[in-house]
Amino acid sequence: MLNNSDILETIKMIQEENLDIRTITMGISLLDCIDPDIDKACAKVYDKIAKTAENHVKAGEELEKRYGIPIINKRISVTPVAMISAASKGNPVQFALALDKAAKSTGVNFVGGYSALVHKGFSAGDLELIKSIPDALSQTERVCSSVNIGSTHAGINMDAVKLMGEIILETSEKTAAGRDSSNKIHCFGAAKIVVFCNAVEDNPFMAGAFHGTGEPDAVINVGVSGPGVVRAAVAKMQNATIDEIAEQIKRTAFKITRMGQLVGAEAAKMLGIPFGIVDLSLAPTPAVGDSVAYILEEMGLEKCGAYGTTAALALLNDAVKKGGVMASSHVGGLSGAFIPVSEDAGMIRAVLDGALTLEKLEAMTAVCSVGLDMVVVPGDTPADVISAIIADEAAIGMVNSKTTAVRIIPAIGRREGEVLDFGGLFGSGPVMAVNKFSPNKFISRGGRIPAPLQSLKN
Amino acid sequence: MRAVITVIGKDTVGILAKVTGVCAADNVNVMDVTQTIMQDLFAMTMLADISRLQGGFGAFSDKLKALGADLNLQIHVMHEDIFNSMHKV
Repeated sequence: MLNNSDILETIKMIQEENLDIRTITMGISLLDCIDPDIDKACAKVYDKIAKTAENHVKAGEELEKRYGIPIINKRISVTPVAMISAASKGNPVQFALALDKAAKSTGVNFVGGYSALVHKGFSAGDLELIKSIPDALSQTERVCSSVNIGSTHAGINMDAVKLMGEIILETSEKTAAGRDSSNKIHCFGAAKIVVFCNAVEDNPFMAGAFHGTGEPDAVINVGVSGPGVVRAAVAKMQNATIDEIAEQIKRTAFKITRMGQLVGAEAAKMLGIPFGIVDLSLAPTPAVGDSVAYILEEMGLEKCGAYGTTAALALLNDAVKKGGVMASSHVGGLSGAFIPVSEDAGMIRAVLDGALTLEKLEAMTAVCSVGLDMVVVPGDTPADVISAIIADEAAIGMVNSKTTAVRIIPAIGRREGEVLDFGGLFGSGPVMAVNKFSPNKFISRGGRIPAPLQSLKN
Repeated sequence: MRAVITVIGKDTVGILAKVTGVCAADNVNVMDVTQTIMQDLFAMTMLADISRLQGGFGAFSDKLKALGADLNLQIHVMHEDIFNSMHKV
């Protein structure tokens, strides 16, 4: 028999603590859409997505009703487009337009996979696709792009690192004016690019989602959320020791993940598509209370960014995984605490108060999922500085055998201390200070950082 | 198939009658009811059999939500699986 207090606890989590399913993402393979004629290939891409994901949004809405749990996003990820576009000559932007059209017809808010995997080098189609990212993201609304530039096994492709700094800047410039006068999201293009080291093939979260080649033809992956629930649980433990806090976070993560597992399995059953993984991430939103930074502050830090932040985050990240792993039959994706600055009310506050800097954020990414995320820097930041930030972040991922990523937005026309407002789930980002010394020579050398030693770890 | 209906809000006359009225109209059988009144706050949880529900889960849930809005109460209908999965190992 159900227990009354359990029922009320669940309802409180949903109503007051912003518990939700962040995303149900359908991964779709496009490998069978390859065609030497680009028009035919794009038509196949559109048809396959439109057919496979026909009922995706409807199923999500039905589950939302049945379980009374908000499912914020329904999304699609596809095979890295560079693998498809390589066979067709012509402008890869056509594929982006086909993806955008498919996203609109199926009703999903984002489609990820305008991607290339170049951690060891560029194969046919990769360079053309990367160079087309600024056009693709400025001409589409819902397409997201990611590029994997490094891995623990391959090292870091520094030519790609250099290129991505330029591409991010160019994309931000091309979208600086916003999409149109009614929907002013300045520089939003750059918020739709993720540069990865050790990218995962089953990530349901945007903007870095793509459908890996080892995945089935179609798959359902679920990303849960719930920083607000963890914060509320920690807030009740004023006199607890660290061990007790870790235990409480594990218990809470278990409950959150069980809900993700249930919804994912049911969605898969309704759509007749295999269930892939639950991504155990704590994904914040700009809503007050739904913040990862506030969890760290509840643990006893005056502000996120103070000394102790990295340790508190390491504890949080590990406890979330330990609690979540037992709750799900398959865990995957990025799985950990996200620290996107513009999407987290506590992070925004900490930056504005001068407690949180880019350097501290970088240290935090060494112990959490996933990297420097939704970080806004001055619009006049040189491309080689952005490349060097990417290189540093990729090095952390490469050496620690974990995924790291950079999603950085040069705020064109804005300076340190100003704010770039995206609205909605993307929030608003204070423009952060960037180290002024030049990494130019290091970045322009080109080549590849060799893969690191996997023994003699110190 | 069973659903949990929860009603939270200020106590007034006839809450139980009105909620069960909506259930009966859609062929939903109420199996168990627990209610408490703490000061002025009314909290009720009902376990209901929805296997012979007429008109779909979404429509039933919308009707109760509308009733909640009329009576100034929060009414939620959720499939029992969510509670079982979250609170049982």
